[in-house]
Amino acid sequence: MTTERPPILEIRGLRKSFGHTEVLCGIDLAVRPQELVFIIGPSGSGKSTLLRCCNRLEEPTGGSICIEQIDVMAASTDINAMRRKIGMVFQSFNLYPHMTALGNVTLALRKVVGQSRAEAERTGMAALERVGLSAKARSYPAELSGGQQQRVAIARALALEPTIMLFDEPTSALDPELVGSVLAVMRELKDGGMTMLVVSHEMRFARDAADRVIFMDHGRIVEQGPPAQLFADAREPRTQAFLAELTR
Amino acid sequence: MDAWSRFLDTFFKRELIEQYLPSILKGMLVTVEIALAVVITGIALGLALAVVRAWRLLPVNALIVVFVDAFRALPPLVLVLLVFFGLPNVGINLPSFAVLWVVLSLVLAAFAEEIFWAGILSVPKGQWEAARSTGFGWLATLIYIVLPQAVRLTVPPLTNRTVAITKNTALGTVIGVPEILNQATTGQSFSGNATPLMMGAIAYVVLFIPVVALGRFLETRFAWRRA
Repeated sequence: MTTERPPILEIRGLRKSFGHTEVLCGIDLAVRPQELVFIIGPSGSGKSTLLRCCNRLEEPTGGSICIEQIDVMAASTDINAMRRKIGMVFQSFNLYPHMTALGNVTLALRKVVGQSRAEAERTGMAALERVGLSAKARSYPAELSGGQQQRVAIARALALEPTIMLFDEPTSALDPELVGSVLAVMRELKDGGMTMLVVSHEMRFARDAADRVIFMDHGRIVEQGPPAQLFADAREPRTQAFLAELTR
Repeated sequence: MDAWSRFLDTFFKRELIEQYLPSILKGMLVTVEIALAVVITGIALGLALAVVRAWRLLPVNALIVVFVDAFRALPPLVLVLLVFFGLPNVGINLPSFAVLWVVLSLVLAAFAEEIFWAGILSVPKGQWEAARSTGFGWLATLIYIVLPQAVRLTVPPLTNRTVAITKNTALGTVIGVPEILNQATTGQSFSGNATPLMMGAIAYVVLFIPVVALGRFLETRFAWRRA
């Protein structure tokens, strides 16, 4: 891992409040190129909100977020153009039910990027190939298993060639036997050099694939470190308690 | 005369059928013209209002809700009379055809707005988020992702409402629009026989059965299995 290269994602003093409830209380986080950063923490700790602030699905209350040194929050920044570089994968897949897998993957290519249908379908098929679902290109979401749907959702984000991928509990809505196929795809992305920020409770995957694990609680980063270190001997009692609860 | 021939004589008198068929057919044409005009403008306006409402500007939405509730609450006949006999007093003279078209369009728009709005609301927030996260702007998300799903859900209620409103073209008779019912009642008063009215009734059935069937076809055509 090279520390010299500038971070892909740099978050400084990020705050987010819903009404009077402060969900993020000053988050500082930098994700380096090709790094896979895992965020864990109890529900309500602000992990998902943190992720959703990165592409401004949630509007931050304060602080700054830069992707490749471009300020995502600046009024001069074209947020729609920025979002194409920030792939996002949701817990509930959010595939468009009225379109085939290929339609889902190519829609933004055609209507946002402006590719021709033929061009978009070439790109889309390549993306589906990467998640192992080119055979399902003509299937509708309802005809796919949860794991396949999530892989199509990953392909949809991948097709736009993002510089970073955000995963918001990508396997939480899946039956246990389908989790592996999604994690395998994420593993391949990691091996292919994708920069990833992942909110998940897949501890074994974190241990195997993550470069760094961050523990969040009450809107703050409590502790972070390489998975081996954090899982084996966390310093903070809150982290220890959370990990003990998970592995119980 | 036995009962059967009295019945035929009252509702299906041959000479009268021949005599009034041309005017009933003319009435059907007028009804079709108004109905088409009402459906196009009413649904377009309703969709436009629902899209504006989705923008969620509070004062604008309040206006839309007031308009929608008023036009859903008022009997269309009241509006037809109010506009036809009221507007000339402020110097606006609209032909009866135009009055009927405007009033029914506004009524259909009010109902269609509610139906489209319900459709838009029924599309999960995650669809918006998925689209926005791939770079779609607000309007593009609405056009390419939300409305195609919302419209599918609106087909059955919209068909019902459209049939209901277009049947209200019969209200044109009170302000002298020469549509089916107007032709039929004119024929009835001249002949003193209910045959022209029966012809009018049959004309409505002939016109609207295909519309109802089309609605049924669209319902199945647009249905898709949900994830």
